[in-house]
Amino acid sequence: MFELYHPGTSVLHRLPAGFKILTLVIAGTLIFLASDLPIVAAFFAATAGLYYVAGLTLASAWAQIRPVVWILAVLFVAQGLITGWTMAVFIVLRFASLLMLAGLIALTTRTSDMIDAMERGLWYLRYIGVNPAKVSLALSLALRFIPVLATITRDVREAQKVRGLERSIVAVAIPVIVRTLRMSDDISDAIEARSYDPKI
Amino acid sequence: MTTRDIVYVALFAALTAALGLFPPLTLPVIGVPITAQSLGVMLAGALAGSKRGGLAMVLFLALVAAGLPLLAGGRGGFGIFLGPSGGFLLSWPFAAFVIGWLFERHGGSPPFGLSLAYLALAGIGLVYAIGIPWVAFAAAIPFSKAFMGSMAFVPGDAVKVVLAAVITRAVRKAYPDWSSGK
Repeated sequence: MFELYHPGTSVLHRLPAGFKILTLVIAGTLIFLASDLPIVAAFFAATAGLYYVAGLTLASAWAQIRPVVWILAVLFVAQGLITGWTMAVFIVLRFASLLMLAGLIALTTRTSDMIDAMERGLWYLRYIGVNPAKVSLALSLALRFIPVLATITRDVREAQKVRGLERSIVAVAIPVIVRTLRMSDDISDAIEARSYDPKI
Repeated sequence: MTTRDIVYVALFAALTAALGLFPPLTLPVIGVPITAQSLGVMLAGALAGSKRGGLAMVLFLALVAAGLPLLAGGRGGFGIFLGPSGGFLLSWPFAAFVIGWLFERHGGSPPFGLSLAYLALAGIGLVYAIGIPWVAFAAAIPFSKAFMGSMAFVPGDAVKVVLAAVITRAVRKAYPDWSSGK
């Protein structure tokens, strides 16, 4: 997830990471305030256009959406049946645009630049006694854990399917949590083994 | 905060995000969706403890505010906190903290009946105590109406309380040596 970086020399590659993250935050907030389908459609088109500017293909834009295409499909049908099909198009398009925009930033920004930018943006936390390095470690770990949890859940569901238990929330949740807790312990050991010192 | 604490904070924030992948049910009248995510809030408190559970929820909400579509139904962005369900979201760090604090009074694993009571008290009681006045304010409806409307979610939340208690007990039995620090 963090090694998405696609080398290049476009304007988007050269923009500072902090600026790109800030733009994502602002765009993400504004798009949730928009309530018209044309605005979201324009936003979607503009995001696709940015892929062109960055010298990337539409295939890499699609790659950002592909992992969640089933969730989008379920969301589309559920929204369509409950609140109407226009609303369903609106919500799915908004979700897809944000995923593509977030993906575009990942494709054009080195992970190390991204984390550095986050740390710099968090410097003011020092004044309330919070170490920005710790916050930025927690942020990047959480982003990394989300796809890992999805993978572990899929593995456990497959294993429980053999026992006919893949639909039981408890039979899936317990192994998933135990496995992730064990993984977390290993990760903390690994971080400490590399002499990570958050006190600086 | 040790490295281990930071990793757990990140893990429970990610777990809450992952639970949002289950599609939500939105009741059209008041617009508060029923999601699996509040299960994440209860588990963060019961398993990670007060401080780490509360911080995990703060981290999760920070990621949502940063524009990541992590809330059930792929919602996110700062605007979400200003909507009708904003109060429920903002109550999560407090709920996780209180659940953790209550559980810690029994060394992390209170008797089953008591853990049900604790989860219901903070996971439903506290969440609604903060969430309902916000609904009334944001949707500009009378408090009584917001209260009655929110009661529709109590059966779903009660199921999540039982699930959280069962899962917490089983995880503690299955993996007893992991640190349930304060």
